[in-house]
Amino acid sequence: MAKGLDAQARQGYALIAPPFLYALLILAAPLLTILTYSFLTDGYLEVVRDFTLANYVQVWTDPIVRTVMMRSLTVSALVTLVTVLLAFPVAYYVSFMVRPEKKATWLFLITIPFWTSYLIRVFLWKVILGYNGVINSSLTGLGIIDEPLTFILYNVNSIVITLAHAYAPFAILPIFVALEKIDRSLLEAGRDLGESRAMTFWRVTLPLAMPGVLAAVLIVFIPTIGDYVTPELIGGGKIPMIANLIQVQMLALDNRPLGSALAVTAMAIVALVSVVFLFINRRFLKVRL
Amino acid sequence: MRGQGRGLQVYAALYLLFLYAPIILLPLFAFNSGTIIAFPLQGFTTGWFAQMWANATLRTALTNSLIIAVSASILATCLGIFAARASTRFEFPGKGGMMGFILLPMVLPEIIVAMSLLVVLLGMGVQLSILTVIVGHTLICMPYAIAILTTAFSSLDKSLEEAAYDLGETRWSAFRLITLPLVMPGIISSLLISFTISLDEFIIAFFLAGNQPTLPTYIFSQLRFPKQIPMIMALGTALVALSIVLLALGEYFRRRGNARMGGNPTGGFL
Amino acid sequence: MSETRYDRLDAATPMIECRGVHKHYGDYHALRGIDLTIRAGEFFSLLGPSGCGKTTLLRTIAGFEDISDGAILIDEKRMDEVPANKRPTNMVFQSYAIFPHLTVAQNVAFGLRRDPRGKAEKAALVEDALAMVGLRGYGNRAAHALSGGQRQRVALARALILKPKVLLLDEPLSALDRKMREQMQVELIKLQRQVGITFVLVTHDQEEALVMSDRIAVMFEGEIAQLDGPEALYARPANRRVADFIGVMNFLPARILGEKDGIVTAEAPGLGVVDLPARQVSRANPDDDGPTIGFRPETMTLVGPNQTHSQPRETNATIDEVVYYGDMTYYDLRLDGAAAMDGKARPVRISMRNVFGRDVQDVGTRTRLAWSPGSLVLFR
Repeated sequence: MAKGLDAQARQGYALIAPPFLYALLILAAPLLTILTYSFLTDGYLEVVRDFTLANYVQVWTDPIVRTVMMRSLTVSALVTLVTVLLAFPVAYYVSFMVRPEKKATWLFLITIPFWTSYLIRVFLWKVILGYNGVINSSLTGLGIIDEPLTFILYNVNSIVITLAHAYAPFAILPIFVALEKIDRSLLEAGRDLGESRAMTFWRVTLPLAMPGVLAAVLIVFIPTIGDYVTPELIGGGKIPMIANLIQVQMLALDNRPLGSALAVTAMAIVALVSVVFLFINRRFLKVRL
Repeated sequence: MRGQGRGLQVYAALYLLFLYAPIILLPLFAFNSGTIIAFPLQGFTTGWFAQMWANATLRTALTNSLIIAVSASILATCLGIFAARASTRFEFPGKGGMMGFILLPMVLPEIIVAMSLLVVLLGMGVQLSILTVIVGHTLICMPYAIAILTTAFSSLDKSLEEAAYDLGETRWSAFRLITLPLVMPGIISSLLISFTISLDEFIIAFFLAGNQPTLPTYIFSQLRFPKQIPMIMALGTALVALSIVLLALGEYFRRRGNARMGGNPTGGFL
Repeated sequence: MSETRYDRLDAATPMIECRGVHKHYGDYHALRGIDLTIRAGEFFSLLGPSGCGKTTLLRTIAGFEDISDGAILIDEKRMDEVPANKRPTNMVFQSYAIFPHLTVAQNVAFGLRRDPRGKAEKAALVEDALAMVGLRGYGNRAAHALSGGQRQRVALARALILKPKVLLLDEPLSALDRKMREQMQVELIKLQRQVGITFVLVTHDQEEALVMSDRIAVMFEGEIAQLDGPEALYARPANRRVADFIGVMNFLPARILGEKDGIVTAEAPGLGVVDLPARQVSRANPDDDGPTIGFRPETMTLVGPNQTHSQPRETNATIDEVVYYGDMTYYDLRLDGAAAMDGKARPVRISMRNVFGRDVQDVGTRTRLAWSPGSLVLFR
């Protein structure tokens, strides 16, 4: 009758099996396929089963790939920086200044725009930032500027602004959760021990909020590096990022091995960045989100 | 203190304006009679909504999107219930790894999910259709469903079900009579959020739908034609209104669930 | 010896029998061969520190956990293959597990769902059960709006309405405040006598176990260390660990001088040489440094300067500390000669009831302590 844990474990496995098998079939199998593809050779109309590292060599040496890759990383890093910096004060405000019964409403207000059509939101930024867009036409109409501003026009800046908007709630929520977890008496204790408000913020609040900030960084960085729509719509396809390149290789040029190698490299970069941040997070505090 | 609070308040208000800027513009252009999306506004019209209503392709796209979103949200929520219950109720070796793997699509760039799935489907000779989109959407909605459902399941006292079992019910009837009603708000939230995610998802739909239009892919194809944009603005306005209604519903059910459990009504989505 | 409560129970009718019950969780051995008989109609407690296996044992009796080895019988029937929902037991959970989406009456009636009786008859049963726990008229209230004490009562009514052979109570009072807890202890005793059902209580609170139980099984590390009535458990602990766990006991190192006809002669610093019969001799802990002599704080008496006493022995002492509790005063004393063995000071604690005419003595006072060897326990 040696049951006990076994019976519990069996039930657990039985329950987790459907979603796990689904993920295995729909996610793991395709990922393994492209991992395999990335080591094979591209032939005419088909993939040749010859093992090669040529795709990776090309990924790391091709100047176009490198430019796109660097651009993707820079844009993602910039978006992450801007988003998190802009989001922190808002999370701080909602956590520390808003009365407890109003917090849910604030969070609700912050999340609503996120649930509206992503494509249309991105497009509207084009409208706002465009040559005859809201900002330029208003500013010229008011006589503040004579010529439309061009630095916000269809370039990396406009991509950054658009993505910073798209991922705002993703940054605010984890920071908010981390701030909420801070024991308020710690802050009072800091003040009680004669520290200034700024010092208390710097020495108590910020370190304790750090896990949330790091989570926000990851949550913003990962999807932006794979963003396809914004460069397509805002950049007009003229400033492609890694996702666009993967799509072009996979479909338009039908070079699946190279496309796969690109995808695997992108995943590896994402994984590397995640691991680095998780490591920093662990060092900061044992608090986990 | 006051000065700092004031400054932050102003900043938070400006930030909200930044968040809402596109959404505020949306109805302005949707009801604007001008054909070019630019200021100054021309005059009031509901013509774009009429044009949207009469558009047959749009209707097909809407039907497809609704079929996909309903199917994917139900599938994702069902699978999510299994995972959430397994993770909150049972201990077994490898649980963390398995759960982490199921939640992986949440942090994986969608383009990679879409591309790898596409490559495999094409390799197997599967005909692309809304069915393949449902498969993909179920995968990406599942982590969100699990996140919501895990919260719902974990706030449940384990001994409630045991008590029902102890009082003579079977395992299944204890689940049906006690657990299910108590996590129902979570299930409804999960359905609504999965539905919203699927309805708005572009990349997977774009690559896996074959020649079938969905709302986002239809919108994407129309954004290239300036003539069509006022109608897309009208569509966007309708979608925003729908999203807000669905979200408000989801929030309502979540809070009601909390109140029923005697919990406090704070917190939010995710 | 006076007759104790449990002696009056019919010892011939066992309700629950555990025979060599083992429970493993992977490498962890939670129950290590439990042999136990709980009699029909008794109020039985499983007492021990957290992690001792008492809740696991209760849950194996309820059927929530399988046992790894051994057998459990309830009312002379093997329970191995009987699931929890078919066992003649019902449980009151630590969290009470009141269904929050149902009313009080729906909660109480929950177990009657499969009962073929009519609606009116069931409603009457529910009303009776609520009246029994003092909640008459609460039927239509929402369960989540109840106070802790009321939830507890609903949980009792919900379990008792099914007239189980055994009611299992898992730390049912631990969530209540002190006053409420003491009130519920008395109510539970009355309720148990009224319904006559066998109650099995799990608790880590030794006072609660002493107050409520006919018999108590003290558990450590998956084993039963002692099974006895409250009085025997308190006065004659089977080993030093039990003595330590239940109430307060003073320990002094002892030396065994000899043993003859079942009488052990021992010496303890400050107490001198004493002869102790076998019933006053218990087992020491394996990690003890040697034999010890123990006594309870209330078994020795401080004697005022001009008072007389009728105890056979007397020891001089100095008062180190006085702790005043209102009804009681605790004195920490240094016995003369207590440090003689190795120079270590060994304070002992004595409690005195503050009865009329007895003054609280001051710190530093030289005083006399009257006692009898009959209240000592030797742990060897």
